[in-house]
Amino acid sequence: MTTTVAPAPFPGDPPITPELVAEHGLTPEEYDLIVGAIGREPTYTELGVFSALWSEHCGYKNSRPLLRQLPTRAPWVLQGPGENAGVIDIGDGYAVAFKIESHNHPSAVEPYQGAATGVGGILRDVFTMGARPVAVLDSLRFGPLTSPRVRYLFAGVVKGIGDYGNCVGIPNIGGEVYFDEAYEGNPLVNAMAIGLMRTDQLIRGEASGPGNPIIAVGARTGRDGIHGATFASEELSEDTESRRPQVQVGDPFTEKLLLEASLELIRSGFIVGIQDMGAAGLASSSTEMAARAGTGVDIDTALVPTREPGMTPYEILLSETQERMLVVARAGHEDDVRRILEKWELEAAVIGRVTDDGMYRVRHGGQVVCEVPGEPLVNGCPTYVREAREADDVVLLRQWQPSAAELTDADATGSLLRLLGSPNIASRRWIYRQYDTTVRTSTVIGPGGDAGVLRVRGSRKGIAATVDCNGRYVYLEPRRGAMIAVAEAARNLVCVGARPRAVTDNLNFGNPLKPEVYYQLREAVLGIADACLAFDTPVVSGNVSLYNENPAGAIFPTPVIGMVGVLDDVERHVRMAFREPGDVVVLLGANTAELGGSEYLRLIHGKLAGEPPAIDLARERALQETVLELAAAGVLRSAHDCAEGGLAVCLAESAIADPERPLGVDVELRDDLPIPALLFGEAQGRIVVTCDAGHVPTILETARRHGVPASEIGRVGEPCGRFRIRTATGAVVEAQVADLAERYHSALPLAMDGDDAGFDND
Amino acid sequence: MRVAIVTFPGSNCDYDCYKAVTELLGEEAFFVWHRESSLRDADAVILPGGFSYGDYLRGGAIARFSPVMEAVREFAAGGGPVLGICNGFQILCEAGLLPGALVRNRSLKFQGEVVRVRVENTSTPFTTAYEPGQVLRLHIAHGQGNYVADPATLNALEAEGRVVFRYVDADGQPTDAGNPNGSLHNIAGIVNEAGNVVGLMPHPERSVSRLLGSMDGAGVFRSLQATISRSNGALPSSDHMRHVAAGGFGHGGVA
Repeated sequence: MTTTVAPAPFPGDPPITPELVAEHGLTPEEYDLIVGAIGREPTYTELGVFSALWSEHCGYKNSRPLLRQLPTRAPWVLQGPGENAGVIDIGDGYAVAFKIESHNHPSAVEPYQGAATGVGGILRDVFTMGARPVAVLDSLRFGPLTSPRVRYLFAGVVKGIGDYGNCVGIPNIGGEVYFDEAYEGNPLVNAMAIGLMRTDQLIRGEASGPGNPIIAVGARTGRDGIHGATFASEELSEDTESRRPQVQVGDPFTEKLLLEASLELIRSGFIVGIQDMGAAGLASSSTEMAARAGTGVDIDTALVPTREPGMTPYEILLSETQERMLVVARAGHEDDVRRILEKWELEAAVIGRVTDDGMYRVRHGGQVVCEVPGEPLVNGCPTYVREAREADDVVLLRQWQPSAAELTDADATGSLLRLLGSPNIASRRWIYRQYDTTVRTSTVIGPGGDAGVLRVRGSRKGIAATVDCNGRYVYLEPRRGAMIAVAEAARNLVCVGARPRAVTDNLNFGNPLKPEVYYQLREAVLGIADACLAFDTPVVSGNVSLYNENPAGAIFPTPVIGMVGVLDDVERHVRMAFREPGDVVVLLGANTAELGGSEYLRLIHGKLAGEPPAIDLARERALQETVLELAAAGVLRSAHDCAEGGLAVCLAESAIADPERPLGVDVELRDDLPIPALLFGEAQGRIVVTCDAGHVPTILETARRHGVPASEIGRVGEPCGRFRIRTATGAVVEAQVADLAERYHSALPLAMDGDDAGFDND
Repeated sequence: MRVAIVTFPGSNCDYDCYKAVTELLGEEAFFVWHRESSLRDADAVILPGGFSYGDYLRGGAIARFSPVMEAVREFAAGGGPVLGICNGFQILCEAGLLPGALVRNRSLKFQGEVVRVRVENTSTPFTTAYEPGQVLRLHIAHGQGNYVADPATLNALEAEGRVVFRYVDADGQPTDAGNPNGSLHNIAGIVNEAGNVVGLMPHPERSVSRLLGSMDGAGVFRSLQATISRSNGALPSSDHMRHVAAGGFGHGGVA
């Protein structure tokens, strides 16, 4: 399969000019590197392939040196970064594959398809490891819901995520959403998928075995999404609207067939490797598979089934048409593979062979149009360490100190109601009601809890997962903010009784060429690294999304942490809702005076300022161990961590989490702190648990042993009872739980549909 | 008892139904791919939920042309118990085995939530284990669950007691507040004239485990088990090709 004919331009190819190189997102220096790597000027096809693989999206050119700082190993890690998804061993012969990925730019232009295809892509990343997808989570950011454009984007994204996952039949088990001006022009849409498999079913995306056939499977290749990876690596601008044709269209029905067919192929033993044709399509999937195996490939684009006639090799290689897979079969088993695919009504075509010369060779019919060494194509992308400098205005913001007026609150009950109605805190049911959360009949805790929990059939174990990031904290102090994101994720897992095991991260940032942005990126990665080390949660997969900017500025730096944990006995899971009147409320952790970066400061005083809350990783770890021990012992009736809105919101959420049966609570706090900080400050390292009165000594003793402050602060009240918080100065919050519940559950429906329809029927 | 679970391209609750039969009841279940023309030796048939053919055109509209539907029709004509859940209910309506149709929810959105349904008829093969008027809490997960039929059909359904499940509110009343999707007469499930073909939008197979929060759906499967065991083979099974192996379409949870 070797050739001696030098690649020639394909008829109609434009000449290579500096302008064309720039349009491909490559600098003159990078172009020179390409010429050096292949020993001549590239053809148009070769330029396109290099441009895609050396884009930020595929090549990580600005983030790779930073990502090396992340811990990636642990005895339970079966597959770390660099594959389609990370994989961890959860015991009993089972493994979990998971990854998070962004679809920010497409969703800014076409929210429904942008989000839908984001889900499709991340599902394929998981099932190409041999795992059956069992859950999806979503992490979303939008501008304020007062903007009609934002409501359009939000509604479209939620519907896109829902329609795709619902149709394929994968339950959504959790997520998060924040609304802030910083995301007005740049919504963030990150989707995480989790797959389950037997450990011996793990397969990798490798094109091994020279002579083995390369097979294109699934949808026919069209002209959609060409250069999507390059588009995702630029800032958005006024003419972004014209990028709409670069947004792909999803077909979840074909995805479902691909899923079943892929798993059947993997189990059949007829194939050696499989990979999604995702970003940069056939070009990246074929080169990456060859690079992992140390082989070459020889592909004929004329053999790729296309949607329309006349597609050029350039277009076929770079198309991002969805629901396509690249499969490398064992030679001689082409017909076996075809038979399986035919059963699932999928098209398949042998388009080339694996070679042993390490070359990436593409022909179209008789003509060679691309012949470059695979190594520099996949691994030769230059990486950059950029100038980093913290923005002066952020330094100033951190110096904020609360005024006397900001240290008192004469209407704390009113403030609590406003916080519960804030889109950043209110019930997310408007979102997840549009998702199927219980298909596959394994969802133990669905969206709305601290973390989602799934049972693992055939085992006592459970899997828990969460996605978290408060971008406001990261903006004010990137390293600390990123640590808090990891700590928050870990707290959410222990609250349901799961031991944190590993992380997938989605680094959403602005333009890294700006020193202020690169500073945020660098510091955030260091913060993640520190926290993941402290918690024994290596990063096993991830995604980097840069250039999240528009003319109005960059987004808050938003390193979303997807974390997976394991319950040894899923029957011992813990929920956030208070359970029984008379149960004792215990606060684990200490109340401290923190108001910086809080939702309270933003909502009540219109300020984004201050230091984000202090974080002590060792104390966080001790808190995690305490809650895990108590959960395993079965003494917790409920557990919920303090996050946005602080202790008062935490208590309210536990009181009203079950809309059918909100329970009152009576709490007395003796800390000598200003009321706003005590009730609504976002001090870290706090979890509110409840238990039967007889178990209080166990809780206090366990906490003491781990060095965690613990105090009995109150009692759970009656159904539809009174919500009361007293302090040394008397009762400061007093309301009917039904009123709190009403505010909490109706806020998003009111903002989106102008009514609270459907919320009386829960 | 042997239960055939029909898998269409896009079915996604087939495995959940399989587990309900095998784990809850300890009975045998097997998948029948939509291109097959025989239900083998099934004692009962379940058309599971999902998005057959992606719900393109309309839920169930394409699936009704699948070869297996002829076998389902014959099985039903012979008196065999047939249950359609969610998309399966849509397919039964599209195939004319049940009257009426399921159109988009009045919210125009997909709705995944827990609703209350009242058991209105306890004499079908799928409801004998319930008390008349018993209120169940079951999951719905659909975008097209809004039951419609012409007035004559509705009158007949009501007069003949063929409304099997009805959406109700917290007080057990079929009010508008208790109606999640706009279904006429709050209809959540119906039975055919002969009394052996039942369709419903809620998912009883999702409420058969205490760990997952509710056992309210178990009665549907236990009713079937009791019915088959009572009939003790008197009901006609589709054929007697007992040599065909069970399962085989790659829906095993992890396997």
